[in-house]
Amino acid sequence: MTSAPAKAGWRFRQPSVIPGFGLTLGFSLAYLTLIILIPLSGLVWRSASLGWTDFWAIATDRRTVKALEISFGTAFIAAAVNVVFGTIVAWVLVRYRFPGRRVIDAMVDLPFALPTAVAGIALTTLYSPKGWMGSLLAPLGIKVAYTPLGIVIALIFIGLPFVVRTVQPIIEEIDKEVEEAAATLGANRFQTIFLVLFPGLAPAVITGFALAFARGVGEYGSVIFIAGNLPYISEIAPLLIVIRLEEYDYAAATAIATIMLALSFLMLLVINLIQSRTRKRYG
Amino acid sequence: MADPELYPADAHHEHASLAVTERPLARAGLMFVAFAFLAVFLLLPLVVVFEQAFSRGIGAFVEAINEHDTIAAIKLTLLVAVISVPLNLVFGVAAAWAIAKFEFKGKAFLTTLIDLPFSVSPVISGLVYVLLFGASSLLGPWLKMHGIVILFAVPGIVLATVFVTFPFVARELIPLMQEQGTGDEEAALSLGANGWQTFWHVTLPNIKWGLLYGVLLCNARAMGEFGAVSVVSGHIRGMTNTMPLHVEILYNEYNAVGAFAVASVLAGLALVTLVLKTLLELRYGAEIAATRGH
Repeated sequence: MTSAPAKAGWRFRQPSVIPGFGLTLGFSLAYLTLIILIPLSGLVWRSASLGWTDFWAIATDRRTVKALEISFGTAFIAAAVNVVFGTIVAWVLVRYRFPGRRVIDAMVDLPFALPTAVAGIALTTLYSPKGWMGSLLAPLGIKVAYTPLGIVIALIFIGLPFVVRTVQPIIEEIDKEVEEAAATLGANRFQTIFLVLFPGLAPAVITGFALAFARGVGEYGSVIFIAGNLPYISEIAPLLIVIRLEEYDYAAATAIATIMLALSFLMLLVINLIQSRTRKRYG
Repeated sequence: MADPELYPADAHHEHASLAVTERPLARAGLMFVAFAFLAVFLLLPLVVVFEQAFSRGIGAFVEAINEHDTIAAIKLTLLVAVISVPLNLVFGVAAAWAIAKFEFKGKAFLTTLIDLPFSVSPVISGLVYVLLFGASSLLGPWLKMHGIVILFAVPGIVLATVFVTFPFVARELIPLMQEQGTGDEEAALSLGANGWQTFWHVTLPNIKWGLLYGVLLCNARAMGEFGAVSVVSGHIRGMTNTMPLHVEILYNEYNAVGAFAVASVLAGLALVTLVLKTLLELRYGAEIAATRGH
């Protein structure tokens, strides 16, 4: 067993009688490097070797900009819808008792378990003009399949569990006494919910939103069937990467992927910031 | 879950004077909104899969499954899962051991890196391997010279799957093993057990349900992955098509019954996963730590 270098004042690890540190950390780092870090840095390296002019030309290409706008825009709307309905679902699941609650609770994870391609063809069939939902919406003049609205529907499906599973444990932890105190002091239920409970839930809701949004931006399988994939209208950024790859335009595929990656990491950073702030404020 | 002792369902009767729960009408309204939303967005898509799969009767369903390319796709999907899940299982246990049982510099950063694949688009997860092993890459010519085929073949599909399912087992085990601490292991060691004995006889029994939970989620994703695998597979029928890719091909050929038949097998797998996951949470909730959801 390797022992840590025992320099005065600074040591890489705290001493421990448990063996296996060198083996397990060494293996983990080697595996992480081979599977994740080298391939990802290959992408960044390729992108950097494009040169600024080429990179900028691809990044500002109208089709690229549109695809990014569509991906981020639809993901934002879907995440916003999920924040509203996901929070209601979480509230109902935690606070109310009704037959079948456990089954419904388990069902919320369906989008995690169902392969995205299956969700994609199911939603497309459902919302096509002849489908169960599509035929209901058609007389109202609402077209879902093969429009940007279809993308939003697919991303609502994909993102729902992120919001519910982030908000649910926080609702479970709410101390009933806080609500009782608010009520005792004369607050009505509406005031208690919006002025007392919501501020405590807000960080979890924001985290759920960010997780659903991040997942939606990168989502591919469930979207490409229902989107119709018209350039400038319903073509998402991940699909444009695939199209550029199929055209052997590796430069464009790499550049778009790098932009998406940079934006995703920015969001990961924001999520971590929110989470560490939440922990500080609410212990 | 809320403790039914603490939160009786009829709490509003006891606190009728205090507004600590919603009025019956508001409750009914909220429940209606929640159920309607879940029915439209979760239940209907699931029902449609099976309705379409059996729309021409059970004979057409069996015929669609019992087809050469479909069986090849099922075999490939199983093969990919059988290779990639154990790889990430070993990694998950090793990473959790190092992170949970020791204090060292850079631990938080390492934990963040492990979660990295979750924030990368599946398409990009495939793309990175195309850039690494493709004909125009640095490695490309060398691989070709030595006759090593990675892209558009099983190794590429396995790599892409390993990438997207990388964090599942590790992120399940890390909080669990952190919660359990090092007391049991220290006791075993002081009684003369060696490292491996400690792991097999003390640590593994402690984490087995959490491990199973992680493997379950990892396997579901491995069998269902679409985007990443799609980029590296090359879509060769009967050769490099996994089940989700085969669903796409059949669907694009307007073979709805075939596409939904294969899709229903995957949906059945998803349902089995959900049932097992719920059973694990109900029976061994304490032993899979506070890691419900993702």
